[in-house]
Amino acid sequence: MSNKVLMKGNEAIGEAAITAGCRHFFGYPITPQSELPAYLSKHMPKVGGVFLQAESEVAAINMVYGAAAAGARVLTSSSSPGISLKQEGISYLASSELPAVICNVMRAGPGLGTIQPAQADYFQAVKGGGHGDYHNIVLAPESVQEIIDHVRLGFDLSDKYLNPAMILLDGALGQMMEPVDFGDYKPELQEKPWAATGCKGRKMNAITSIHIDPRDMEAHNIKLQEKYSKIRESEQKCEEWMLEDAEIMVVAYGLCARICKSAIRVCREKGIKVGLFRLISLWPFPEKKLDKAIDKVKEVFVVELSAGQMIEDVKLVDNGRKPITFHGRMGGMTPSVEDISDRIELIHDRITQKVG
Amino acid sequence: MKVVYERPESLLDVPFTYCPGCTHGIIHRMVADTLDDLGIRERTIGVSPVGCSVFAYEFFNCDMVAAAHGRAPAVATGIKRVHPDKIVFTYQGDGDLAAIGTAEIIHAAARGENITVIFANNVIYGMTGGQMAPTTLIGQKTDTTPYGRSVEANGHPIRVCELLSSLDGVAYLERVSTHDPKHVLKAQKAIKKAFQYQVDGKGFTLIELLSTCPSNWGMNPLDSLKWLEESMLPYYKPGVYKDIG
Amino acid sequence: MPFIKVRDDLCKGCKLCITFCPKQVIRMSDRLNPKGYYVAELFDKEGCTGCGICARMCPDVAISVYREDKKEVPA
Repeated sequence: MSNKVLMKGNEAIGEAAITAGCRHFFGYPITPQSELPAYLSKHMPKVGGVFLQAESEVAAINMVYGAAAAGARVLTSSSSPGISLKQEGISYLASSELPAVICNVMRAGPGLGTIQPAQADYFQAVKGGGHGDYHNIVLAPESVQEIIDHVRLGFDLSDKYLNPAMILLDGALGQMMEPVDFGDYKPELQEKPWAATGCKGRKMNAITSIHIDPRDMEAHNIKLQEKYSKIRESEQKCEEWMLEDAEIMVVAYGLCARICKSAIRVCREKGIKVGLFRLISLWPFPEKKLDKAIDKVKEVFVVELSAGQMIEDVKLVDNGRKPITFHGRMGGMTPSVEDISDRIELIHDRITQKVG
Repeated sequence: MKVVYERPESLLDVPFTYCPGCTHGIIHRMVADTLDDLGIRERTIGVSPVGCSVFAYEFFNCDMVAAAHGRAPAVATGIKRVHPDKIVFTYQGDGDLAAIGTAEIIHAAARGENITVIFANNVIYGMTGGQMAPTTLIGQKTDTTPYGRSVEANGHPIRVCELLSSLDGVAYLERVSTHDPKHVLKAQKAIKKAFQYQVDGKGFTLIELLSTCPSNWGMNPLDSLKWLEESMLPYYKPGVYKDIG
Repeated sequence: MPFIKVRDDLCKGCKLCITFCPKQVIRMSDRLNPKGYYVAELFDKEGCTGCGICARMCPDVAISVYREDKKEVPA
């Protein structure tokens, strides 16, 4: 039986976190994610949880570090410039192998930028972001329902692999109101014998990211890389939509994927064989399915709210097999459905040799 | 004949990595003695900083979490908010606490986080090789103030206890010294009192310990203690800066 | 008689114990430890009162204090 409620994206993050067993949130105000701290400041006390507004994003991520080290499920959120400030702490979380969920409700940059939607933090999110060889698990929801699913999945994966997980969305999804169903999910809460909880009845635990002997530091890096390989092997997530007979494959994620779906429907009505490869996990990049999907189509069309970041990973998988075209809007501007459908039609005309 | 004073249980049986005569070791012992005396070792979580005491997590025999530079009070806040019943302390130097971590220490104090901060002030950056610290004295020569710290170029040294004493969240602030047995005894009492306040849930406590850095001051350990007494005490006056009782 | 033991493996020869010993019964030995430090030693066992000042001032927590009476080193 469905139990739908109407909810805003940012608030859904908060409620999803609570249902995932998260009782600690540390954050700093920034638009366009403000509804989330507002929601949690109201609802955390009702479930015996902690909402703490920190003095900065830097302090907030280090409170997250402390809470994660203490064994808690912990959440922070911010938007692009604030996420930049959190990078130091995220690098330390990754190295110390501490689980935490970080939401980036992206806005346009660089610099202070503007608060409208963008996807220009892709590189920062999936390539590491802070210093050192590490990866975040990165999930990119396209709807409010998926925000809920991804926040929960983020906590589960983060605990499973002892690695920070990032939910990458944008201001439009954060502000969007949609009917959602919280279902009857049960969080996969793990034992955390490594956590700093006081050493009664056992040897002391030390949580650190320093390995002063380079041989130890390399061994630690190798261990991390082995973990990343496991995540790459097991956790790639994507949606293949109307791709069965497609000649043109649009590749997009998040808000952009929604716009692309509408454009694809328009094109399908005109008889154009086009489908969507939607990335759900940005890291690990869903290369296995994308690799196979590329084989079946004639051309790949990448759409992003950036100058072209995710396209670089698509090109690595494509490896020169099929032509790739790109359309991106920047600075908080989003393409219209016609923008995308017109471009798909142009590609279609070209590959069916109606033009030039 | 029995042993009446030995290595506290709250210290692991490993040699410190500090230079000969460095007073970090004296302070470590006082903290460890306190954890033993109050019987709180098994419910204490320490937060180590960046600086010479970056390896403090290898020395204390209680759960330890290593923080990024200056962030120990934020990390401690996260831990304490998860385990309000546990005892949480940070161990920080002057660069860590009074320069890069200024925001974190002020706001942890202002929030009245029920944590204890052990602040070793030796007026210099030790680990990185003797650079000017926020607490470096006027005229003091360091690696980055080769002609002596000048007010024109570098401004004035920060007195942390005085700075924090105006904050309502603070329960107890005392500045003590490590330059002779009498002062060390006083320091021991202050540290114990700070932890006791935390056990009693009184709020934020910080003990500033005037400390030496023989290697980077370019002095032997004894001359360092003398220099501490003669040069540091007049500017950093020992005393209780706040005590809510 | 009270006495102290200095652990050779921990001592770094900083001489703080020697300086602050009220009875001046500690000195540098001619023993080098594996780290290359000359280590301190109690040379006058008659003179040691077991006051514990050396142990408290030892930055390497290398000194243990032994005594008959139950009175603890003041904390």
